[in-house]
Amino acid sequence: MSNEQSVYIAGTGVISAIGNNVTENLASLKAGKAGIRAMQRLESVHKNTLPVAEVPLSNEKLAALAELPAYISRTALLSAVAAKEAIRNAGIDLSQWRTGFISANSVGGMDKTEDFFPEFLQDAGKGDLQMVVNHECGAVTEIVADALGVKDFVTTISTACSSSANSIFLGARMIRQGQLDVVIAGGTDALTRFTLNGFNTLMILDQEYCQPFDENRRGLNLGEGAAYLVLVSPKVAATLREQPAAQITGWANANDAHHQTASSPEGKGNLLAMEGALKKAGLQPSAIDYINLHGTGTNNNDSSEGAAIAQLFEAPYPAMSSTKSFTGHTLGASGAIEAVYAVLAIREGLVFPNLRLQTSIKNLPFTATTTLEQKEIRHVLSNSFGFGGNCSALVFSKVLR
Amino acid sequence: MGGTDYHITATVLLRNSIILKDDAVVFRSEEKGAAFLKEAYGQLGVEYPRFYKMDALSKMGLVAADVLLKNNFTTAYRPEQVGLVFSNRNASIEADAHYWEASQEYPSPALFVYTLPNIVIGELCIRYQFKGENAFFVSERFDAEWIHWYVSDLMKRNLLKACICGWVDVLDDRLDACLFLVEQEASGRSSTFTPGNLDQIYKKDYGK
Amino acid sequence: MENKQELILHLKEQIIKQLKLEDKKPEDIGDHAPLFVEGLGLDSIDALELIVLLQQEYNIKLRNAEEGQDVFRSVSTMADYILAHSS
Repeated sequence: MSNEQSVYIAGTGVISAIGNNVTENLASLKAGKAGIRAMQRLESVHKNTLPVAEVPLSNEKLAALAELPAYISRTALLSAVAAKEAIRNAGIDLSQWRTGFISANSVGGMDKTEDFFPEFLQDAGKGDLQMVVNHECGAVTEIVADALGVKDFVTTISTACSSSANSIFLGARMIRQGQLDVVIAGGTDALTRFTLNGFNTLMILDQEYCQPFDENRRGLNLGEGAAYLVLVSPKVAATLREQPAAQITGWANANDAHHQTASSPEGKGNLLAMEGALKKAGLQPSAIDYINLHGTGTNNNDSSEGAAIAQLFEAPYPAMSSTKSFTGHTLGASGAIEAVYAVLAIREGLVFPNLRLQTSIKNLPFTATTTLEQKEIRHVLSNSFGFGGNCSALVFSKVLR
Repeated sequence: MGGTDYHITATVLLRNSIILKDDAVVFRSEEKGAAFLKEAYGQLGVEYPRFYKMDALSKMGLVAADVLLKNNFTTAYRPEQVGLVFSNRNASIEADAHYWEASQEYPSPALFVYTLPNIVIGELCIRYQFKGENAFFVSERFDAEWIHWYVSDLMKRNLLKACICGWVDVLDDRLDACLFLVEQEASGRSSTFTPGNLDQIYKKDYGK
Repeated sequence: MENKQELILHLKEQIIKQLKLEDKKPEDIGDHAPLFVEGLGLDSIDALELIVLLQQEYNIKLRNAEEGQDVFRSVSTMADYILAHSS
């Protein structure tokens, strides 16, 4: 019965401001060490006013890790580093299986394009065209798919900040349908002036370190990174030396149908996505042990997400936290980075803290977890909401032995 | 795939200075790009003033969806039973370039909002209050097999009763949209939802 | 600085241009009519564009979107704010 078929997480890979791999990310999460700081690498007029969560590696160093040339887009370099880690971690010989690579991003090769434009605008003959050929979102995915040697199925999802949550559930769906045996699914985004200036004009950036789910939150900090899960069918899982600790059991996507960039006050889309994901997983809300919040730290997101959670759940509320207080908001990568953290929460039996939370939001009946908590985690709900009203929720569950 | 049949109950094609609903020309103009869309918006009586604020991709999506759904769409569906699955080649490049140019003076929030391809889906969901699953894929070319698989799966699982799917691509002033209304129930002149039928409609040469 | 009536007319033209209200003319906008929701039907992105307008055309900087709520009640309140804050 294909409907009941499990989809296991055989490997994880992540690079973010709090670490270049899964081990480093976990250590930072446990130590409560955020990756947000004053801008180091990005050249911007906001250098001294807007803190960000940059991956503290130059393109040359990333290129060495990724085993790719340094002139390609940082978005692709980050992607290759995390995807290769995930595949190594899974220990699977991809050539034996029908394998897919599903990757999300929202900026494409914009980092290269914006280095190219100034010269180009001055003199159309100048500027290195090599820099713009990778602009389009799909090109980033193709470069990395080639580097990984994945040929059976490759696609790019671009649905803003929920993109990589969507690539993960698409991977799971294709495995359940018997279309593929192994899918490397996730997303990537590099920090660029393009997005920084854009979010700045939307007046939702915090000039201090963000405080998600705090009554006095002021906005979000942008980050960068990439993360991938290696999703496998039961047939593939049976060949693994190590039995997977987690599986993906539920997912849903809905549109909020309210505003281009803002969530509806009552979080209609969020609620539909969470309800759908729980239904798919066959779980009651009370079965959820931990919610990894979308929790950007903007006034609008957190009140809307909070309202939807308040409507769906009842006391005793599950533990919840926004790990964007560590990584900043990594846009097209955030759903996948947080999916890796959900798997870590299950594997390690940990609830990661929501950093810098001082005052709980007054009209919500619950508060986020502020300290590292050790307990058994059987089911994690991970929320991701994007511009264009795109709302997704994923459920990850412990593999019982 | 086989087995279950779903139906293409309406189609719209917008390109080369022409808009077709099913097989009939509903609008023709020598204008190109944004000027073409503005003229179509006025003449077809779309009446949605947000149109003027949109980037070309969303404008095109709005006009195409208006033509697609006019006189064809029942309101019997619940909001979450109607979804949208779009794809294109150039993501939001036209909006990206506009925003980037404007940024030389000062970045515009209204232009920045459109620098993501899925905003066109958001705009349509706001206008029609659709709340079902939506997805946006960036691919080299229109992939009928893929759209067919993705949408059939949503229908089969009863996640959707109706889906607007297809291709919406803008590069400079070249507009290319081909949208399909796919429903579980057949109606008057519908054709079967198959990759072959999608491809045939997308590729048909309607001339000038 | 021009007088308030001239400023109001000028502002209406600027608002139409900045917010791409192509279907509107200055005479469609009442001096005291609400700009948001029931009046001109502007939304939060429009409010951000009005903040850009104040900054670029009048060199007046608002700190956050909330501050705009009172300033952008109508074209008349906008004109008052500009007259009070321009140097």
